[in-house]
Amino acid sequence: MQTADILFLLLGLGVFGFYLGRGRALAVANPLGGIRQLHSLPSYYGMHIVICALIPSLLLFGLWIIFDSTVIDGLVMGSLPETITPSDNASYSLLLNKITNVASGIIPATGQPQALVDASAYKLYLENLSRWSLTTLVLMVSMSGLVWGRFKVQAKFQARQAVEKVMQNMLFGCACLAIFTTLGIVLSVLFESIQFFRSVSVYDFVFGLEWSPQTAIREDQVGSSGSFGAIPLFAGTLLVSAVAMVIAVPVGLMSAIYLAEYASKNIRTFAKPALEVLAGIPTVVYGFFAALTVAPFLRDLGNDFGVSISSESALAAGGVMGIMIIPFISSLADDVITAVPQSMRDGSLAMGATQSETISKVVIPAALPGIVGGIMLAVSRAIGETMIVVMAAGLAANLTANPLESVTTVTVQIVTLLTGDQEFDSPKTLAAFALGLMLFIVTLLLNIFALHIVKKYREQYE
Amino acid sequence: MNNKSQVLSKIQSSLARRNRAEARFRWYGRMAIFIGLLAVALLFIDIVSKGHGAFRATYIQLDVRYDQALVGIDNLTDAEQLIAGNWQALPKSALRTYFPDVSGRSDKRKLYKLLSNGAGFDLKDRLVADPSLLNRIESVWILADDDIDTYYKSWLDGNPYDARMSDKQVKWIHQLHQEGQIALHFNSNLFTRGDSREPEQAGIRGALMGSFFTLVLTLLLSFPIGVSAAIYLEEFAPKNKWTDFIEVNINNLAAVPSIIFGLLGLAIFINVFHVPRSVPIVGGLVLTLMTLPTIIITSRAAIKSVPPSIREAALGMGASKYQMVLHHVLPLALPGMLTGAIIGMAQALGETAPLLMIGMVAFIVDIPGGFSDPATVLPVQIFLWADSPERAFIEKTSAAIMVLLSFLIIMNTSAVWLRKRLERRW
Amino acid sequence: MNTSNIAEKEPKTTAKLSSEQTLEIEDNHITVGSCFSDNPKMTMRNVNVFYADKQAIFDVSLDIEKNEVIAMIGPSGCGKSTFLRTLNRMNDTVDGCRMDGDICMDGDDLYAPKLDVVELRARVGMVFQKPNPFPKSIYDNVAYGPKIHGLADSRVDLDEIVENSLRKASLWEEVKERLHQPGTGLSGGQQQRLCIARAIAVSPEVILMDEPCSALDPIATAKIEELIEELSENFTIAIVTHSMQQAARVSHRTAYFHLGKLIEVNPTEQVFTMPQHQLTEAYITGRFG
Repeated sequence: MQTADILFLLLGLGVFGFYLGRGRALAVANPLGGIRQLHSLPSYYGMHIVICALIPSLLLFGLWIIFDSTVIDGLVMGSLPETITPSDNASYSLLLNKITNVASGIIPATGQPQALVDASAYKLYLENLSRWSLTTLVLMVSMSGLVWGRFKVQAKFQARQAVEKVMQNMLFGCACLAIFTTLGIVLSVLFESIQFFRSVSVYDFVFGLEWSPQTAIREDQVGSSGSFGAIPLFAGTLLVSAVAMVIAVPVGLMSAIYLAEYASKNIRTFAKPALEVLAGIPTVVYGFFAALTVAPFLRDLGNDFGVSISSESALAAGGVMGIMIIPFISSLADDVITAVPQSMRDGSLAMGATQSETISKVVIPAALPGIVGGIMLAVSRAIGETMIVVMAAGLAANLTANPLESVTTVTVQIVTLLTGDQEFDSPKTLAAFALGLMLFIVTLLLNIFALHIVKKYREQYE
Repeated sequence: MNNKSQVLSKIQSSLARRNRAEARFRWYGRMAIFIGLLAVALLFIDIVSKGHGAFRATYIQLDVRYDQALVGIDNLTDAEQLIAGNWQALPKSALRTYFPDVSGRSDKRKLYKLLSNGAGFDLKDRLVADPSLLNRIESVWILADDDIDTYYKSWLDGNPYDARMSDKQVKWIHQLHQEGQIALHFNSNLFTRGDSREPEQAGIRGALMGSFFTLVLTLLLSFPIGVSAAIYLEEFAPKNKWTDFIEVNINNLAAVPSIIFGLLGLAIFINVFHVPRSVPIVGGLVLTLMTLPTIIITSRAAIKSVPPSIREAALGMGASKYQMVLHHVLPLALPGMLTGAIIGMAQALGETAPLLMIGMVAFIVDIPGGFSDPATVLPVQIFLWADSPERAFIEKTSAAIMVLLSFLIIMNTSAVWLRKRLERRW
Repeated sequence: MNTSNIAEKEPKTTAKLSSEQTLEIEDNHITVGSCFSDNPKMTMRNVNVFYADKQAIFDVSLDIEKNEVIAMIGPSGCGKSTFLRTLNRMNDTVDGCRMDGDICMDGDDLYAPKLDVVELRARVGMVFQKPNPFPKSIYDNVAYGPKIHGLADSRVDLDEIVENSLRKASLWEEVKERLHQPGTGLSGGQQQRLCIARAIAVSPEVILMDEPCSALDPIATAKIEELIEELSENFTIAIVTHSMQQAARVSHRTAYFHLGKLIEVNPTEQVFTMPQHQLTEAYITGRFG
């Protein structure tokens, strides 16, 4: 039976259970003098049966689906004779793939070693067995839940409380998903990074000056020292982000100030959404714009003035990234500037300060924590931005502070290392996770710090 | 300072300087707005000017004779014959008939290059749809090759790009043009076909369907979960360390770089749970985790905006807390939540980086028909095409961007409309 | 910009009295009492103020004498704050607010196109209803005006201005030990005196006070009132107040506003003992307000 069929069957059982519970509750209530004699409304008894019938069976179903292929693969590989048992991870997955392909008929069985054919037959058998036992078990659990719930239907049974308790736990579970996601991120990058740091020392990675993951593969010298020095990547990331911030901070801040303090209502209603359009444009579009329009334009411009500008310059990628971040800064700055009480402005204007003096000497200093927090969030965003740099920045890890040259960034390397077909456990692939770990730590610190500042600032004027 | 007139003269002497500073400051503000708006305008103008051409493709009209012997078939219902048939011979012979004086191998090869190399199969489809055409002559508009397409469009614009054209090909095109046998028609391939290595045959339908399946899954998962989490945090959560921790996590996840979610998907969904790569299921799961914070945050704001008096009224009637939430708070907060969901979906629709990590970047020709078929999505398709060396793909990429942006504009305006239309003012 | 703090409540069209009778002001009401002066610091003639299309002030004419304290009283929404804010053009910051009529100081038209509001506001200082010290140190709060206007040539000059201003605002003794701590850390009354010190640091000729004590407790209020009396030796002061007792205590003349019209202006003693207009009488005897 297919997964979808089982789910539909369970759904049907659930609907049946609801009406069963409600009907039973009405039947119980009738001789007692109507549903007022019941503790809860009849539909709550129905809901209770649905919960009994579905939740345990769905849990079982989910766990089974998640783990059955792992268990089956383990059993199949364990059944192989000593002679062809693979020695390392790579050949293990290769062999497993082969068996899967034979079993599904993609590779014809003829011509394959007998042990392999046997294994694939065994795998088919196990998969079949698994599916049938899953169906039987899930249906049995569901049915017994149904029956149990049916017997619980009594006038004094607190069905509403029981249902609400389950619902509350489900809501709580949904809320905790955020924690599990964070945990998932930490675990996934941490585990692979630890594996990576077994072959490359943390020191070499964090302080190494040379990044060339390709050589490690070609010369088959796993984790040769010096190849995984991430300093050029960090420097490149910082350079691109710095270019972006040089554009985004003044433009974003000044437009927020102008819109909040000077612009007439008409200009505001037009310009604000128009600027926010920039925030809604997907990054891949910015990447295209940077790679195919801005970069060639800058290169040609450089040629005209006799300056050599790389066609993958940090300037093009950073500049376009800056444009992307403008609305981010301007809307955050707008929030904090408008939160500064009008009485501050009045106080300053009444002293005879001009509007710009009021803004730069009173409003901005008062809003400074909020603005700084906003800029830090923007920096974190620039550091983690991927598509623009993947499309418009280079791949070569140059250690330079010249924005006219080509640099590469952490995110570019993660994408390069993980797209295409690699062995999963090679240091090259694992390096991507180590970079991911660095990226996560840095952005996490920036975010937490920035969110804290912004929150404190909001409280100050609330 | 005792002397007021002395103070006054000091103030007056500084006035001009200060007013200049004021004017300067205002001018900076105007410049900043101008730069922002200029960037918006440039971006849109650049993309529309690059991409508008892709909605029309160059076709060449030729008299095609569906010659049975030439193709080498005798039964149109025999699937094997249809596959084995030499369909490319049909457009080639039609070209030779039109240009009878072309001879020599290299010239002929150049001549054949006028047409898309999928032309034969298009003719096959016509023939299968209408078997009575067999051995008859039909005048057909046949799709031209991408180099011809690029040249013809640029030539019509008065700025011919002939880097990939031979002189003879240019001559033939001009002859066809004079005789009215070459023209631009609506490029339906763009919307009906999947990806292809040949720019003229490449379409975005595969990516659109991939985006559709991925987004449906994302919405189905993230909206209920996000709303539940928001309800819990706003209505039920006790104020304690654990709740604070959840809050910090949600706010932080909203600012985690999207590529990190891709790493999570790769390491957990694919390597631990063995979800297949490149399919909408894994894409939807990753995007769900990514959009959840947005949906939770907007849903919480919507719940917060329901005035407490309504809650008190419901509780005062003896409703349980759940009945209060389900019957009163939720319906009132729903418009705000829907707005948040649309904004979250718009974000997910434009997201590229995490999907690269989980293999949705593969070259996939077939149009996906379900959640477990290998697929790519629109922004990834844009990324793939932008990376392709063929010049004709620039136009296609820009056109795909225009389609993507129109979807986003529709989604965002409908979110704004929904908010204006359904939002209550308390 | 936030405008809500200035928008006045919808004025009642008629004043409801506790007795059966209803007092109405005739449309072309002429101010009773002595609204003109021989030695005026500021003169206002036929001033009308509008917010968008709503008129807030109707045809008000008034003189403010040199070195006098004039109090403006009236029920909420009567336009007294709006009127005060026209005197240093703070209403310019409110969207949609416009004014016609003449307001002159020492014979100079305050609304002349050539006039620079920056200069005007340096000459006409203002103290607000709620103390609004800048989130800076006490010292920087007072030094703010002299700094932006370039009044101090050296650090020593500036120190002297700050000390003098704080002394004049009778705050020096309380804060001299902690000049560099934030001004927002002071108590409400101290904050308000800090704002007064800030205003007098640029040696204005006129000080406008918009209900300066309404956010303060009685002890702090008494201090401010004392201060106003001292300041009146050197400055011309116009004070809007909600409290009739305060007007009686600090002012030389009192102007009574009602629904945007100036009903009566007379020496304070006279207003509170034998008001000329029956509306004034109704107000000061507490029949409405």
